Amino acid sequence: MPDGAAPVLAVSGLKTVFRTRGGEVHAVNDVGFRLRPGELLGVVGESGSGKSVTMMSLLGLLPSPPAEVRAGEVIFDGRNLLTMPPEELRAVRGGGIGFIFQDPMTSLNPVFNVGFQITEPLRRHLGMDRARAEARAAELLDLVGIPDARRRLKDYPHQFSGGMRQRVMIAIALACDPKVLIADEPTTALDVTIQAQILELVRDLRQKLGMAIIWITHDLGVIAGIADRVMVMYGGQVVEEAPVKALFADPRHPYTRALLRTIPHVRGPRAARLRVIEGQPPILRAAPSACPFRARCAHAMPRCAAENPALRAVGSGHAIACFWDAPAAAEAAHG
Amino acid sequence: MAEAARQPLVAVRGLKMYFPITAGLLRRRVGDVKAVDDVSFDIRAGETLGLVGESGCGKSTCGRAILRLYDITAGSIRIDGDEIARMGQTALRRLRPKMQMVFQDPQASLNPRMTVAGIIGEPLAEHTPMTQAERLERIYGLMDAVGLNRNFANRYPHEFSGGQRQRIGIARALALNPKFIVCDEPIAALDVSIQAQVVNLLEELQARFGLTYLFISHDLSMVRHIATRVAVMYLGRIVEIADRDALYSAPLHPYTQALLSAVPEPDPDYEGQRRRIILTGDVPSPARPPEGCRFSTRCPTVLDICRRVAPELSTRGGDRAVACHLHPATAQQTAGRTGGPMAAVWEPAGQIQQGEHR
Ligand SMILES: Nc1ncnc2c1ncn2[C@@H]1O[C@H](COP(=O)(O)OP(=O)(O)OP(=O)(O)O)[C@@H](O)[C@H]1O
Ligand SMILES: Nc1ncnc2c1ncn2[C@@H]1O[C@H](COP(=O)(O)OP(=O)(O)OP(=O)(O)O)[C@@H](O)[C@H]1O
Ligand SMILES: [Mg+2]
Ligand SMILES: [Mg+2]
Repeated sequence: MPDGAAPVLAVSGLKTVFRTRGGEVHAVNDVGFRLRPGELLGVVGESGSGKSVTMMSLLGLLPSPPAEVRAGEVIFDGRNLLTMPPEELRAVRGGGIGFIFQDPMTSLNPVFNVGFQITEPLRRHLGMDRARAEARAAELLDLVGIPDARRRLKDYPHQFSGGMRQRVMIAIALACDPKVLIADEPTTALDVTIQAQILELVRDLRQKLGMAIIWITHDLGVIAGIADRVMVMYGGQVVEEAPVKALFADPRHPYTRALLRTIPHVRGPRAARLRVIEGQPPILRAAPSACPFRARCAHAMPRCAAENPALRAVGSGHAIACFWDAPAAAEAAHG
Repeated sequence: MAEAARQPLVAVRGLKMYFPITAGLLRRRVGDVKAVDDVSFDIRAGETLGLVGESGCGKSTCGRAILRLYDITAGSIRIDGDEIARMGQTALRRLRPKMQMVFQDPQASLNPRMTVAGIIGEPLAEHTPMTQAERLERIYGLMDAVGLNRNFANRYPHEFSGGQRQRIGIARALALNPKFIVCDEPIAALDVSIQAQVVNLLEELQARFGLTYLFISHDLSMVRHIATRVAVMYLGRIVEIADRDALYSAPLHPYTQALLSAVPEPDPDYEGQRRRIILTGDVPSPARPPEGCRFSTRCPTVLDICRRVAPELSTRGGDRAVACHLHPATAQQTAGRTGGPMAAVWEPAGQIQQGEHR
């Protein structure tokens, strides 16, 4: 993707806070990124680091209260989604921007059959009549590899397996040929063969429709296979951003480096015990005034407790939010 | 000593779980989804059996059926000496503390109106005489163990991220020190570091208390790490079961081979030039499984006989069994039908009855 292309989605300065009985939770702190047409941006990071909340915030999907999007700008198609009237935003969601949620059982409605849930956006956004919408729905289910698609339109979510529900969500998200697809852990419940099939489908759609994709996942193998660029989150912030090859060959943020060391492999020797990142993730009671990773970081220095590092460039398209200068990749091979 | 260790804690024979397909206003039964269709295996005390296979092949149904969360269609299930296949709910309730489940869908399995402390403490309140203070201490201990901050004890499930919710379910399953846990995709929603933390925890508990696990997962690298043996399922049947190292170094069944070839590796250069065995053809429906071998419609090495005759799951020496015509068993190695893969270890007492679902 040429670096100069205008982004389809540009997010800046996003801040989301939850007000709970126990006080505030600053889940997203000053997150920004740009997504170019046809690009696949992978998002990885610690559980609880704010990946889902970031995406839900920019689509206006968090119930308020308790959520409060305090600052930021989300430009899609030349307009700011955060200030758009609710009914227009609804037209964007599921129309221009498709999304797949992390928890398929709760995002599918248990009282409607799956056919209704796929045809509904087709009829609403594309004005299809019932027969055409049903034919298209069966085609979509087939595309995501659900056997006997026609018959299964009449089934309810609980009658599908975990991975099938996830694929139903994918079918719904793809129904209206969106420009941007936001996929939150879309393949966690899928086995590798079906996952490969879905990844193939996604590659195809990118090529044919120029769809841009945000793909949140814990599976770094998937990221290595499909992402163009990767954004790493920790403690509600973006801590590293890099082209996919640079991220794996030369990770610079201590969190990213620790993360990459924890993965088990199917090839090579089997480890007796898996490596973990010691320590606990931060509790974000207030906007951070220091590096959120410092308590678990082997390279922390006094400055890390005094200031929250801003993103700084360390290579072409490669930036980290860290004061420490990692040694170059070759020396760091075992570091 | 070796003998005692080899005793199966769980022995499953001829397990079937069918869901009825109904039609019309009267919801007449017109067929069955054969989600689990004649499955037999053993899990030895203190071991971890990995269960892998395509989405929709029946793994969760199998795990839930073994714990009798369903009224099963047919088969025998023996856990720690008790035959539970047809046991009533009251009798089952007494056995529940011994056998627990970590569910695949964390949000759907947690009561949204209870706090985390309430959810984890519920089985303690129900099955133990602990005082409130003792209970809280235990709850904190469990939260520490799964990496949940104690300060979150009074939060509700919706206030957590996906991975945090999954850990609540794990803590709850561990609360009563069960002997046997069915872990259904217990780590799918977790980041790799916390996956590692949870897997290390499961392994520690196993070493300390001799826990036995059925570990359902599509993450083949994690299964390779945690499982002692691995069973591969395809469309309601087990197609291969073997020791971990044997299975990963030399998979015999063509489906196992395809599965292993598709595992994504965290290495963009390798990902760019790798060769996968891509399966072609549609995944058949468990309502109308193909004649003969169920994998025959997608198998890259299909023979004529495969489309007519279903291969039996039969042993290949040692702890390995495969259901494939490409790997014919010698006569004396063939395990009996009801005997299943580990026939020598335990024979079901009496006849397996055919039962109706629900
Ligand atoms: N309704 C809520 N009230 C209070 N805190 C919340 C709420 N929803 C989310 N949080 C908190 O916000 C933080 C970010 O959550 P988020 O779901 O974005 O994490 P995530 O990066 O998607 O994690 P995972 O990988 O586990 O899905 C977490 O610490 C979570 O506990
Ligand atoms: N309550 C039910 N009613 C009808 N069919 C069901 C029911 N539960 C499961 N099934 C069907 O049984 C089959 C096996 O489902 P199961 O959930 O066991 O698959 P799985 O192997 O766990 O898949 P996944 O990896 O996607 O979780 C699927 O075809 C599913 O649609
Ligand atoms: Mg999430
Ligand atoms: Mg399942």
